[in-house]
Amino acid sequence: MYPDAGADDQARTMTLEAFADTILPGEKRWPGDRAVAGAATGGGSVASGAVDVLRMPESGMAPALEALADALNDHAAAYAAERGAVLDETVPPFVALSFAHRTELVQALTALDHPEREVWTSLAMFSTIAFDAAAHLHTADAVAGGHPGLTTMRFAPPDADGLWRFPEYSYGRRLARPHPHTTPSGSPA
Amino acid sequence: MTSTDSTDVLVVGSGFGGAIAAYHLAAGGARVVVLERGPWLSSTELTHDFRFGTSSTRVFDFVIGDGMSVLSGNCVGGGSVVYFAAMPRAPRFVFERHGSIGRRMWPATISRDSLEPWYDRVAEALPVTRQDWSSVPYAGGLFAAACAHAGRTANPVPTAVDNDLCVNCNWMMAGCRFDAKRSLLLNYLPAAVAHGAQVRPLHEVQHLERADDGGYRAHYSLIDETDYRLEVGSGTIDAKVVVLAAGAGATPVILQRSAASLGAMPAAVGRYFSGNGERLNTAIFDEERIRDVLGLARADGIPYQAYQVGKGPCVASWDRLDGSLPEYSRYSLEQLYFPPGFGTILAQAPDASGPTWFGVAKKEILRRWQSWLTVFIMSEDDNEGVFGPPPSSGNATRLSQQTLGRGTLRYRPTENTLHGWAQADADIREIMERDGLARVMPWTNEVIGAYTVHPLASCRIGDDPQTSALDDRHELRGHPGIFVTDGAAVPGALTVNPAMTIAALAERAVPAIVHAAQQRGVRVTYGAPAPDGATSGRRAALPLVDGVVRQ
Repeated sequence: MYPDAGADDQARTMTLEAFADTILPGEKRWPGDRAVAGAATGGGSVASGAVDVLRMPESGMAPALEALADALNDHAAAYAAERGAVLDETVPPFVALSFAHRTELVQALTALDHPEREVWTSLAMFSTIAFDAAAHLHTADAVAGGHPGLTTMRFAPPDADGLWRFPEYSYGRRLARPHPHTTPSGSPA
Repeated sequence: MTSTDSTDVLVVGSGFGGAIAAYHLAAGGARVVVLERGPWLSSTELTHDFRFGTSSTRVFDFVIGDGMSVLSGNCVGGGSVVYFAAMPRAPRFVFERHGSIGRRMWPATISRDSLEPWYDRVAEALPVTRQDWSSVPYAGGLFAAACAHAGRTANPVPTAVDNDLCVNCNWMMAGCRFDAKRSLLLNYLPAAVAHGAQVRPLHEVQHLERADDGGYRAHYSLIDETDYRLEVGSGTIDAKVVVLAAGAGATPVILQRSAASLGAMPAAVGRYFSGNGERLNTAIFDEERIRDVLGLARADGIPYQAYQVGKGPCVASWDRLDGSLPEYSRYSLEQLYFPPGFGTILAQAPDASGPTWFGVAKKEILRRWQSWLTVFIMSEDDNEGVFGPPPSSGNATRLSQQTLGRGTLRYRPTENTLHGWAQADADIREIMERDGLARVMPWTNEVIGAYTVHPLASCRIGDDPQTSALDDRHELRGHPGIFVTDGAAVPGALTVNPAMTIAALAERAVPAIVHAAQQRGVRVTYGAPAPDGATSGRRAALPLVDGVVRQ
């Protein structure tokens, strides 16, 4: 078992990164990247700032992160033991799992019948929000800075004043027959 | 030592139910205090920003329950600040529903016909206007074209949006920066303040007790303006009449907590909660099929790629709002935009071999996010929600500084509700997947259970004391002088967006609240015009006043 899993900040960060990478995967940040499995092209949740979002005081998750990382590693060790798998002891147990096994474990932890599902779905939600909303950054800055998630989604940039406006917005023609019983106020009868 | 303030009428909450009552009572001459648990933001503070701590989280609440999560407003203006401003009237058959109780669940005095003059008052006040196709954004046009291709009808939905000011930015869930969305910050609330009403933000009412003079005393906490988990003070205020309008997720909790001091609550307080039968599907469109099958293209030649553009829901299909169909098989389908942050987490990837709501397949569909279109189901659920014992304060245990909390609502959809959802899901698939236009999946209920942006019925009106907490004048049974005017009072799912009906019921409830205040010695009259002075709605409603006041 990874000896310092309960004490090492870097190990816990890697663990949380590996979890976020399981939620919305990305490409490895450097050739030897262990936390990010490299299961998808382009930046994923980790490159989008998942750990920053989790550590923001606003999210309310920060006080729980150490315990969550440790619990995740305990689950990973148990998961590996059940399968007779030998984990690389130079990284935390969850990081040592293959992407497929990380995925299977996260599915189990977030399943309807898992007693801890609420905390793991919360962690998954914040991991998603890092990618799709860059919740740790002002959105205009995130778009301008090429935030991986918003860029992947092709989130359109704002005007120069940081506000979004879409002067072209409509096909401009009737595209369906209205319901025959529509009332004069435009409501259903 | 805490000093006790006093007023004639205390209004708890400043959304549709609170703002409408506050305006009429203040305009009629009563002293009115409005306590609102959320902040009071001006238009310039309503920013285009997903960063935690900006308006998108300051004004918004997301309470996770057991099987049902509730999204709602948390600011002065309540739901009207964060809503999408779709304002259809409820179809006629809704008022005849039996729901889970085996007989008509609306009071005998209320039907679509009897509510029309009160709908008209709201339409004049906000105002609400019919929309035409030229104001419909690309997503609504695409939805309409897909409906037409499948032989269905589709309507532009009446809205409370000023199209001359709207820039189709689709940030309306964080509040409208441009004052295009006709929230209560632009009509009822400033008019109430002009008539002397005091609106106090960051005041969260915890419970009520009887005051010495026969009125009520409300105990409130002062909430920190940044970290809503922190209570930075407390106080009390006495009132002769109390209007509870804290929202269907909070009003019953205040009453539950008040039972210790006020005595037993009606059995229906905190029961019969409805999520308005809501459910979402995400359609992911094939751009080429949009062009080839539907013949659609923007001016720049791109078929669609415009999920981000628009102003929430603009087009709905009402083919299944047919009163001759059996209950639990009637629903509307509405085109919707749901912004990132909440709008992608529960969407599922079609054809995924592994997990559908996260993982590799999920990331692939996010690459096509601009080709998404969300379809909103509003159906007939079974009022199956029940609130557990109240938390120590508020309506939820707050987890984040803002927005996220854990509540006590338990919801297990019945076969009736599940039947409606399954039928609507299949219908959406048939429309959207026809001729390869799109691939569709419903949002998963496996992560946080079901969800609603339109909580209803947790303290509802009715004629039967066993199954309704309020009489048909919105007065709490057994506790005279307490009225409930928010979405909690609506008896059940409406199959359309409920804000218009909540507002119309609040308008209708006002004469009885005025009467109750008069009986307690308050010098107040009913008969104010619309907040901007318009009078046609009043002219139509005044002859009805005797009918909604029990002398």
